[in-house]
Amino acid sequence: MAVNNNLKNIYLYTRYERFWHWLQTVSIILLLITGFELKGMYTLFGFRTAVEVHSFVGNTWLIAFLFFAFWIFTTGEWRQYIPTTKKMLLVVRYYVYGIFRGEPHPVPKRKDAKHNPLQRIVYLILAAILLPFQMITGLLYWGYNSWPQWGLSGLSLTVVALLHTAGAFAILSFVIVHIYMITTGHSILAHTRAMISGWEEVEDMEAVEDWEIKTKAA
Amino acid sequence: MNVKSNEARCTSCHAGYGWKGKDFDFADQTRVDCLVCHEQTGTYKKFPAGAGNPVKEPEVFKGNNKKYLPPEWNKVAQSVGRPTRKNCGTCHFFGGGGDGVKHGDLDSSLIKPNKTLDVHMGMDGQNFDCIRCHSTTLHNIAGRVYTTPASEHRKSLIEDDLASKITCESCHSNTPHKQDAKANDHTDKVACQSCHIPTFARVNPTKMWWDWSTAGKKKNGKPYAEKGEFGKPIYDTKKGNFVWAKNVVPEYYWFNGSIKHLTVNDTIDPSKPVKINRPVGDKDDPNSRIFPFKVHRGNQPYDKVNKNLVIPQLFPKGKDDQTAYWKKYDWNKAIAFGMAYAGLKYSGEYDFVKTEYVFPTTHMVAPKDKVVACTECHARSDGRLTKLTGFYMPGRDASKVIDFAGWGVVLACLVGVMIHALGRIFTRRNGRKED
Repeated sequence: MAVNNNLKNIYLYTRYERFWHWLQTVSIILLLITGFELKGMYTLFGFRTAVEVHSFVGNTWLIAFLFFAFWIFTTGEWRQYIPTTKKMLLVVRYYVYGIFRGEPHPVPKRKDAKHNPLQRIVYLILAAILLPFQMITGLLYWGYNSWPQWGLSGLSLTVVALLHTAGAFAILSFVIVHIYMITTGHSILAHTRAMISGWEEVEDMEAVEDWEIKTKAA
Repeated sequence: MNVKSNEARCTSCHAGYGWKGKDFDFADQTRVDCLVCHEQTGTYKKFPAGAGNPVKEPEVFKGNNKKYLPPEWNKVAQSVGRPTRKNCGTCHFFGGGGDGVKHGDLDSSLIKPNKTLDVHMGMDGQNFDCIRCHSTTLHNIAGRVYTTPASEHRKSLIEDDLASKITCESCHSNTPHKQDAKANDHTDKVACQSCHIPTFARVNPTKMWWDWSTAGKKKNGKPYAEKGEFGKPIYDTKKGNFVWAKNVVPEYYWFNGSIKHLTVNDTIDPSKPVKINRPVGDKDDPNSRIFPFKVHRGNQPYDKVNKNLVIPQLFPKGKDDQTAYWKKYDWNKAIAFGMAYAGLKYSGEYDFVKTEYVFPTTHMVAPKDKVVACTECHARSDGRLTKLTGFYMPGRDASKVIDFAGWGVVLACLVGVMIHALGRIFTRRNGRKED
C-alpha cells in the first residue's frame, strides 16, 4: 500500500501530556482494581488496604485533574476537544471497513489536530463528563461522614454509590476499547510508543489519497 | 418466668434482700446487702434459697449438694473494702441460676481474666476492676439502665472531666483510631463493641437455648439431670433442655441504649418468636448505633386463651407445697398459683411459645489484633450485618440492574474488540508493512 511509504516523525505529545496520560493510566487501573474489590468481587489488596489505596489515589487524581484543567485552558489545547461531525462518517467507515482493506486512516494525526472526529467526541465526553462525574461521585462517597457539615444531609448514599458504580463500568468499558484501539496504528505498538516518547510516525500529508482530498475540499 | 412467687430463690441477687413475704417493701433502699459487694474474705456465701441471707447453721443446698456454712462475722465484717471483680461477679456472672446462663459477656472467666479475654480487665495488662468503668457517686453505680440509656451524650473525659466513664468514648473519644483511619468514620453508626468484641463466651460457655417444654421427664420415676459438652447441663427435669455455646458471634441491632421489655400484661402473637425484650433504635436515629447482642432463645409457657406470658411458681414454699413446678411437675398448677399470686388472670390453658431475649454485649473486649475484619460485615452475603437492611453498605449492597447493565456493556466491548481484532488478523492488512 502506498500510504506506508511516506511516514513522517512528528513530536505529537509534550512531556506534560505524556506524564498526565500515564498518571491517569496508573490511577484508573488502581481505582478499578481496588474499586471492584470494594464492591466485593474478589480479594486482592484486602478490604482495608483497598479502601486506603482507593481513597488516596482518587484524591490524588482529583487534585492532578485540576492541574490538567488549568493546563488545557492556558495552552488552548481544549480546542483539540471541540467536537465536529466533519469526516466523522469517514472515520467510522474506516474502522468498520477500511481498516480491513488496508486503507489509510482518513484523518492522520497532526500536531494541531491530534484527535480524529471520533476521538474528539469520545475524549470530550470522557474528560468533560465521565471523569468529572466519577470524581464528583467519588468525592461525595469519600466525604460521606461530612455530608451534614457540607450541607448535603439530604443526599442518599445508595444513589451516590450506585452512580459511582455505573461510572466505573463506563470507564472500564472505555479502557477496554482504548487499549484495543491503540493497537490500530501502523504497527501494534506505534501509538503506545508515541505516548512514551512523544514522537509519532504519521502519514505525510502529501501522501493522502485523492478521495480524501476531494472530501476535504467538498 | 418471673421473680414473683419465687422470691426466696431469686432475691439472692434481685432486689429483695431479706425477703420474708408478700408485704416486703422492694423500694426500701436499706434492704441492700452491704457485705456481698464489700467483703473481701471470699467466705461470705449466701444460701441459694435464703432470700439473700447466709445460713445460721451449716446446711446443704439440695440444688447443688453443697454445704453452706455460717460466715465468721468478725472476719467478714472487718474485711470490707473496694468491690473487686469477684464481688460484682457473685451476682452478675451467675444470673439465671448459673455461670454464664444469662449474659454471654459476663461469667466467672472474668474473675481472673487475661488480656486476650478482656483487654482492660486482663490481669497481665491493665487489670481493671468492674468499678474502674462502673464508677460510683454515693453508691449510684454508672451502668446501663433498663429503660433509659446509660449515657446519651457520649462525652469524653476530655470534654467533661466529671463525665461518667461508662461508655468507651468516655476514655477513648469518638475518634479513637489513628488520624484519618477509616475506622473513625464508623463511630457515628457502629458501636465500638461491634468490632472489638468479635465473639463472646470465649472462655466459658454461655446458655443460648432453654426449652421449658421438655421439663418434667423422669428416669425411674425420679427427676434427673444430664451433662453434655463443656460439662454443662443439657437436660434437667426441673428446667428442660439447654444448649450451650462458646465463641458465639453476636447478633446486631440498631440500639440507642434503651431496651423495651414485654410484661405479662402484654398480648403476644404466638405464631412467631416473642421478643421478651428488644433493643430500641433505628438506622435513621442519630443516637442509634449498630450494637452486638447475645440473643437467648427459649420455649416457655404462655396462656393459650388470653395470649400472654405467664408466671409459673417454680420454687416450692415448703415441704407441703402442692403447686410448685419443681415439686409436682404440673405446669397448670404452677401457673395457676403463680398468676393468682401476682394478681393476674389465667385461663387454665397453656402452651409453649418460642421467645427471644437480648443481652447487650459490652464486656470481653478483645485486643486490637483480634477485632472483627472489614469483610465480616462488608461482604456480599453471609456477613455479620446481612440482616440489617434499609441502608447502603459498601461491599454488601449493589443494584442488580446496574451490575447487569454494567457487565453487559463491558462484555459487549470485549466481544466487539475481539471480533474486530480477529477481522484484522484474518484480513492481514490494517496498513501494516507488507513483507
